[in-house]
Amino acid sequence: MSDNAVPPPSPPRVRLVFPAEPLAVRAAVGKLFDHMPTELLSEDERGTAEIVIAEVLNNIVEHAYAGAPGNIDLTLDPTDTGLNCVITDQGRPMPDGVIPIGVLPTGVGLDQPEGGFGWYMIRALSRDISYNRRPDGNCLTFHLPRRQAAFLAGFPNCIGSMTQ
Amino acid sequence: MDIRCEHHDGALVARVGADRIDAAVAIQFKDRMREVMQDSATRVILDLSRVGFLDSSGLGAVVAVMKLLGPDRKLELAALTPTVEKVFRLTRMDGVFTIHANAPASLHHVR
Repeated sequence: MSDNAVPPPSPPRVRLVFPAEPLAVRAAVGKLFDHMPTELLSEDERGTAEIVIAEVLNNIVEHAYAGAPGNIDLTLDPTDTGLNCVITDQGRPMPDGVIPIGVLPTGVGLDQPEGGFGWYMIRALSRDISYNRRPDGNCLTFHLPRRQAAFLAGFPNCIGSMTQ
Repeated sequence: MDIRCEHHDGALVARVGADRIDAAVAIQFKDRMREVMQDSATRVILDLSRVGFLDSSGLGAVVAVMKLLGPDRKLELAALTPTVEKVFRLTRMDGVFTIHANAPASLHHVR
């Protein structure tokens, strides 16, 4: 392939800025995934991405801002291997400045946990998660991988859109 | 929150009409379930066939509803959609609840 070969067009980066409130988070997640092209993510991967992003945003609302007003800035960058996500806020830092370990809470009988699942699911379903506390707030980045099989299944659609 | 109830063979079937049980509505879900379960039978079957998404707040609310029923009554789940099923499986809560593939058919269709 020559140096000046035109790379296949990747879907555009998506950026959303919205208030750190439960209903605004719900609207933002809906906006992201209701129009997600199916060749970009399979239905299963879309569900996974929705879980991870919703949990990260819920944590920002509940813990970083904890009722204080503020905005969340979310960028999704489609790549060959999945979606790169960058989410920033101007709320309080993570406890001890690190991402919670996210141990799966368990219980016995009726004594089951009602919370603590969020970071477990984020860590289980994302890759390369990293957190930076900056002077102006928090920055969390992670990758949502696509499976090869799903990529291949979606490939004809990519070809179709390239040749249009 | 829109939750409609029917009685089937001694069980209360609670059909959730919302498409999401997330942080924005988890408390409403729990409150509405508390209301509809007041006169309930020993079994409550939660029909989740219309719920496409449930986050950890929603999961916590379902667990809270199970606890509201106490030790003598049972909460069962039915008709989980793929993403909801994934949340239960991932958190191993699928082992805590009896999960039915389908919800009991609506009485209105049987008639």
